[in-house]
Amino acid sequence: MDKSRKIRESLIYVILFTGSVTMLVPFIWMILTAFKSTSESTQMNPFIIFPGVWRKDAFISVLSKMNFLRLYWNTLVLILGRVVCAVLTATMAGYAFGRLHFKGRNLAFSLVLFQMMVPTQIFIIPQYLMVSRLGALNTWFGLLFPGLVTAFGTFLLRQAYMGLPASLEEAARLDGCNIGQTFLHVMAPLTKSSMVALGIFTALFAFKDLMWPLVVNTEQNTMPLSAALAKLQGQFVANYPELMAASLLACIPMVVIYLLFQKQFIDGIATSGGKL
Amino acid sequence: MNIKIKGSRRERSEFLWGWLFLLPTMAGLIILNIIPIIQTVYQSFFKTGAFGRGNVFVGLQNYEKLFTDSLVWQALMNTFKYALVEVPFSIVIALLLAVLMDGKIRGKSAWRTIYFLPMVAAPAAVAMVWRWLYNSEFGLFNHLLNSLGLSSVNWISNPSTAYISVAVVGIWSIIGYNMVLFIAGLKEIPRDYYEASQIDGAGGVKQFFYITLPLISPTMFFVAVTRIIGAMQVFDSIYMMMDKSNPALVKTQSLVYLFYRYSFVEGNKGYGSSIVLLLLVVILLITVIQMVCQKKWVNYS
Repeated sequence: MDKSRKIRESLIYVILFTGSVTMLVPFIWMILTAFKSTSESTQMNPFIIFPGVWRKDAFISVLSKMNFLRLYWNTLVLILGRVVCAVLTATMAGYAFGRLHFKGRNLAFSLVLFQMMVPTQIFIIPQYLMVSRLGALNTWFGLLFPGLVTAFGTFLLRQAYMGLPASLEEAARLDGCNIGQTFLHVMAPLTKSSMVALGIFTALFAFKDLMWPLVVNTEQNTMPLSAALAKLQGQFVANYPELMAASLLACIPMVVIYLLFQKQFIDGIATSGGKL
Repeated sequence: MNIKIKGSRRERSEFLWGWLFLLPTMAGLIILNIIPIIQTVYQSFFKTGAFGRGNVFVGLQNYEKLFTDSLVWQALMNTFKYALVEVPFSIVIALLLAVLMDGKIRGKSAWRTIYFLPMVAAPAAVAMVWRWLYNSEFGLFNHLLNSLGLSSVNWISNPSTAYISVAVVGIWSIIGYNMVLFIAGLKEIPRDYYEASQIDGAGGVKQFFYITLPLISPTMFFVAVTRIIGAMQVFDSIYMMMDKSNPALVKTQSLVYLFYRYSFVEGNKGYGSSIVLLLLVVILLITVIQMVCQKKWVNYS
């Protein structure tokens, strides 16, 4: 009995370990390739796994072709802008949907649910034409545009507000708070964890968004990392050390942030993703 | 009397505050979503020239073209085939990992961190490194096959199998996400169920099928619905991995990829609109079917 249990336990570790290695191979290969020379990366006999010398050439060359500071900045603006808009608007709307009773609420909420059911690509052409007509192509406003409000976030925050006890509101009201004060001082602070979850969710998907940046911000100095990588690949198909160096530079900041705040990341995804 | 006035004042103030709080979100949803969906439907009756020049009313012509365009139907098939690989595998593997990590495991958070890592990488970077791994001449995968004495594989240029290679990237990317949702779902299952069944002599496998699986089915339903919708919208990996000259492109490109190409590369936003409306109809149909079928296997108790 004890022996079979031990075997089972080690089997679990073997599976988890093999799986982890598989998950990491692409990242490891990205790093190894980025430090090779072009000829090393395409040499077959013998096949080279580890770079002979860890070269910085690919990084230097990529940094001279792409203004990474600018790309990081654009990506940061995209992420922070969308997070602030999403959290702010969803907190307000979520409170109205979750705690207040008024005429038109259900109709308004059905719009939220409707938006959540429709694939986002449906909106892209008209959104693009709007941004274009406003003369906002290649601006940070254009980049943020589809994320100014969030149906999903509104839904998430509504769920959070619905879970709070009514006695809190009653107490605030008896203390003479109006609805705005009750919201600001009593209720909103209690949904902090949902706000954080929505913030992380929004940040991650703003960072990963590819089609919208490809469509609206086509100039080098206004595009975020995702679109810049796509453009780079179009230009230098064959130079894999450079492509991998650029990919590495694009991934490192988010990976570092993730490793520092893994608990918040995973909890945030578990709560927000699970409530969709 | 007094109370009634108080009540209506309260009602009025709830009405005013409610709409004040809703104002930004509602204005945003109307401008960003409601108007655009109407415009997309409207646009689908027009033919747009390159670079937005000329917007000519063509009636149902885009839809006639849509129904006879073999590229569109092929793309729809490609999208289904992609989803049929990506969704089941990403769910089964993620559930297995979540169950393994649910017990007393050392380094739980470290394992979780690793499996979730692809989620925080930029999809463009992910697609590029996979493309490099799949490279038929210099790629790592073919080198490994060759060193085992096997012959090379055209991972992403063989028309009949390229969609599988693309789906593998999708599975790799999403496993961690599904796993995190399953771990959260497993935490909800009361421990005493397992203890009771252990006393009855049920082993791990039996426990999985009689306790875990029925009780995790709501989470599974949720993950399945969202994953299928997500898989039907696959774009990034195909856009980044499949060159226009790739012989497997026609057999791999998804509906969204085709939508992007028609709308923004060729500038025919009218036809692009009709393609994306087809996508909407397909996704709604699948979702309705799933909602109907869930009664058969999802266990809400």
